[in-house]
This record gives sequence, C-alpha cells and structure tokens, in this order.
Amino acid sequence: MKNDIGHEISPALAKKLGLQVHKKATVKDTATLAERLQKNGKLMDSLEDAIRAAGLKDGMTISFHHHFRDGDYVLNDVVKKISEMGYKDITVASSSLSNAHAPLVEYIKNGTVTALQSSGCRGKLADAISKCEVTLKQPVIFRSHGGRASAIANGSLHIDIAFLGVASCDALGNASGTNESGESMCGSLGYARVDARYADKVVLLTEKLAPYPNLPASIPATDVDYVVKVDAIGDSSKISSGATRYTKNPRDLMIAESAAKAIIASGYFKDGFSIQTGSGGAALAVTRFIEGEMSEKGITADFALGGITSQIVKLHEQGLVKKVLDVQGFDGEAARSIRDNPGHIEIDGNQYASPFNEGSAIHQLDVVILSALEIDTHFNVNVLTGSDGIIRGAIGGHPDTAECAALTVIVSPLIRGRIPCVVDKVGCLITEGSVCDMLVTDVGIAVNPRRPELADRLKAAGLTVKTIEQLRDEAYAVVGKPDDLKFGDKPVAVVTDPQGRALDVIYNVVQ
Amino acid sequence: MKLVKNGTAGTMESCDILVQVEKTDGKKVSVELDSSVMSLYGNKIREVILETVKECGVSGVKIVAVDKGALDCTIRARVKTALLRACESTEYGWNVK
Repeated sequence: MKNDIGHEISPALAKKLGLQVHKKATVKDTATLAERLQKNGKLMDSLEDAIRAAGLKDGMTISFHHHFRDGDYVLNDVVKKISEMGYKDITVASSSLSNAHAPLVEYIKNGTVTALQSSGCRGKLADAISKCEVTLKQPVIFRSHGGRASAIANGSLHIDIAFLGVASCDALGNASGTNESGESMCGSLGYARVDARYADKVVLLTEKLAPYPNLPASIPATDVDYVVKVDAIGDSSKISSGATRYTKNPRDLMIAESAAKAIIASGYFKDGFSIQTGSGGAALAVTRFIEGEMSEKGITADFALGGITSQIVKLHEQGLVKKVLDVQGFDGEAARSIRDNPGHIEIDGNQYASPFNEGSAIHQLDVVILSALEIDTHFNVNVLTGSDGIIRGAIGGHPDTAECAALTVIVSPLIRGRIPCVVDKVGCLITEGSVCDMLVTDVGIAVNPRRPELADRLKAAGLTVKTIEQLRDEAYAVVGKPDDLKFGDKPVAVVTDPQGRALDVIYNVVQ
Repeated sequence: MKLVKNGTAGTMESCDILVQVEKTDGKKVSVELDSSVMSLYGNKIREVILETVKECGVSGVKIVAVDKGALDCTIRARVKTALLRACESTEYGWNVK
C-alpha cells in the first residue's frame, strides 16, 4: 500500500515492527509565539476548570508538596475546591502535612478526604487522627522522603493528579521554585519533581505567569498538563519555623557544639567529606560550630546534602562546601542561593534518597546529624509521636540518611520540660538503633556499642562519653520514671521503612 | 495550720505549676489536676501534691493545679507556698530535709 504522500509501505512490515503507517500532517498552526501562548490548551481560567480538565473522580489519589511547610496554601485551597465541587473518597498523598493543614479535619468529616499518606503530621489534624476524632477508611501511611519517592517511582504509591504550587511557571508549565522578584519562593522543588514526573496528570498553581521559556526549570513543561494562576500559593516567611528554625536556645547550641566536637574527633572529618544536617534547632546549628575548624585546618566538604539552610549556604559561598545538593530549602536564603549559585544544585527525592539505587546521594554520605523526639537504650529513634503518644512530627529523611551515612549522629536534650528523651523503649519506631552511631546530649555522649572505635576516638579527644543506660538513668533521676501510655485498639497509622515495608503501628490514644 | 482564705502560688510558665487552694467543709483533701504531662506523670503529680498537703498538716482543702511539666521539687514548693498563704503563715521551715 501507499501512504498518504504516495510512498510505498508494506502494512505487514510496519505491523511486524509495531509501527503505524504515516498519515498526512493536519493543517499547520501558523500562529506566532505570543498568540500560541494565549490560546494554548494547558492554561486554565480557574482551579475548578483545572480540576475538571484533569479528570478528577471520586476515589482518586491526589498529591501535594510541602516545600512551603507551615506557609502552604495550595493543599487547603485545592481540597476546599474539590469539596465544593462535591467529590468524595479522595486520598491525599502529600510529601508532608504541617500545622497549616488543620482545615483537612473538616474535609475528612464531610467525606471529601478518606485516606492520607504523608511523611508526617502535626497540630490539630494530627491530634484528631490520634484521638480518633476523625475516621479515615484506613490508617494513615507514613513514609520517609526516600521511601515516598521510590514508592511513587515503582508504582506502589500511584498518584492520579498532582497539584503543585510553583514560584514561577510559563504558560506551558516550565516551572521553578524561584523567581526573579524573590516573592513566594520555596527554593528547591525536590519532592514535587517526583510527583510531576510520575503522576498521571499534573496541575501547576502559580501566582504570576512567567514569559516563555521559564528555563532552567525544576519541572519541565513536558511533565505538566495544566497551569492555573491563583492569588497566592504560600507564605514563604513561614518556611523557617518550628523544626527548621535558626536556634538561639543556649542548650541547643551547647548540644550542637558537642556534636561538632564529636564529628571532628570521629575520624570522618577529613578533606573531601560529605555532610547533612537534619531539621531541628541543634542539628541545623552544628554547621555553625564546624565552620571554624574547617577554615582553620583547610578542610572542605565535597558536598552538603538535604534540607538546606542559610548556614550551609554560607559555607558554600566561603568555598568550604564545594557543592550543595538541595532537595528542600529550609529558609529564604537557601531559596535565593539555589537561584543564584551554580554550585547549589536541585535534586529530586529519588536522587536524594532512593533506597534502591546506589547512585542516590545518601549512599555517598559521610556524616549526618539528626534530631530525636526520643531515643531508647537500643538507640532506636522516634521522631513522629510525642511522649503522650500523639502524632506530632515527621519521618522526613531520618531513616533514609541514618541507614546510609557512615556516621549517624543523633542530637537531643536529655529532657524536654518534664519529658525524658532517653527512655527504655521508644513509643514509635522510625529509625532502628543499629544504624544510629552516637547520641549527643547536653550532659554527655553515648556511643553505640557496635562502634567501639568511635568511643575510643571521642575519649581520646577528651569528650564525655557515657553509656546510653547512664543517660537514661540521669534523665529518670530528674523527672522520674514515666507511667506507661494507654493506647486504644484502633490502628490510626502505619509507619513504613525506606524500602516501603511496615515497620510499626500507631494506635489511638486513650485519655 | 488552719486555712483562713484562698491561696495561690506558681505560674502558667513552662516547667511550672499554678496551684490554687480553697478551704472546704470537712476533713477531705481533694485534688483537681490538669497537666501537660498527664499521661506520663499524672499519678505521680497527684501523689506529690497529697504528700505535701499531709506534711503541712492541712485538711479540709481543695487543690486546683494546672501543671506545665514542673518537676517534683517545684510542685512541692508551689503547694506548700499556696497553703502557707492560705493560712497567712510565715512558718516557712526553709530547711533542707
């Protein structure tokens, strides 16, 4: 047979090769760039139009990113609209949930939202879940950042529609977490990039359309289906708050200083090393205390990883950290730097922490400093539930990085108020103790017995090394041994490990 | 000691406890407790309050306490001070046990 243009094609041959036979081009679009941008099929007039166009149906899974942390508007605005449009039985799979998402309580009560997947949960929403004041059709699934990214990539977390707030975006969807004016910037869109790549449909929300082409882009137009302009996507001033605060608390600073000394003595503080500081006042502040030693001894880090702060940016701009690999910005300075510094590079959730690929950055990590809500005498760490058993934190990259870093340092005060942080058994298991190498507190350092060489190095450097049982006893001596918590029999959440396997179950609390 | 009026001691600051004592009829000592660490230390706090009231030799009193994670030593001091104020007593007995 002949094709439309009169050239001979054997249909059998085409079929054998799995090819269709060419058809003549339809009428060519002769509109100019400016005209095309006006009439392109991606740009929606309203959020409602975008939701309809993306084909939302009852029972679907929608996703969000948490790069604006407590300042996020997008999740609430989208769920409100979806509720108004009458949809039911929606699963919300956000990269995390914060204090800002208390309105979800109402949308769970009215049946719009029936399931949640997240890295963490805080505030009124977390309270309502822990106390069974709201009923979901299944327990919340908590995943680490690496666990979530790999679950999306391998299909175990399937996203029907991703709704992603972006600081700049052109009419075709080339999007970034930064913009020229600096308004409403979140910096890295590391977690959102995974959603954009794998979700069936991707809707971007932005405050102001950028001229085409908005490149380089975090999310390429080819991953995007719809773009909609909204009044506001988030309050970037609230990114650096709570767990990502810049601490001035003297006890946090004291712990950070001890942790810095321990790292310097550990044998891992060498030219070309790599480092990550997790969220939490003391953990983030460690950077401030190794800076002097780095410049004095001429030691530079090949890369710093993770949630990035102004403190890391400062080291990078001084030449002490060669490259910054940024999956999430923790403050405005990190957002500015990822826009302006060529050595400050955005990586996505899988490049950051895929447990299944040796090429992900966590596999090249020398030192990670991580916080704990509580840690037990087996070095198991809880960062998700409070001492009262109520959900109040997030897994984040805790188990991902703890498992892979050569040296995993946990920092925590011995007690918080009357709450002991070193206990007999953690209320919720997030990171198993076998991968946590040392605990630095305000009254001394405990080294995991699996790493005797580290204890020797710390002692040789004159640091106070105690057993973890000693630290627990010191805590109980001040505050008393706590009563056991009373839990109900209803599982409200399941914690998964980075590989996506069930690790622990959180039950409802009984008052 | 004998209660002559209501007494208060402490604050609502973190790691403190606000203790209010009221005279009641009869010999009963009752405790109304709200605590930020209720699930972990509620029983212990109640115990320390009752112990302190007993040590002060007071009866016929209702204690209303709002705890913000105070340590036992703080709880004892606040309860004792509230009782002394309610008794208009200056017999502080500031000696180390």
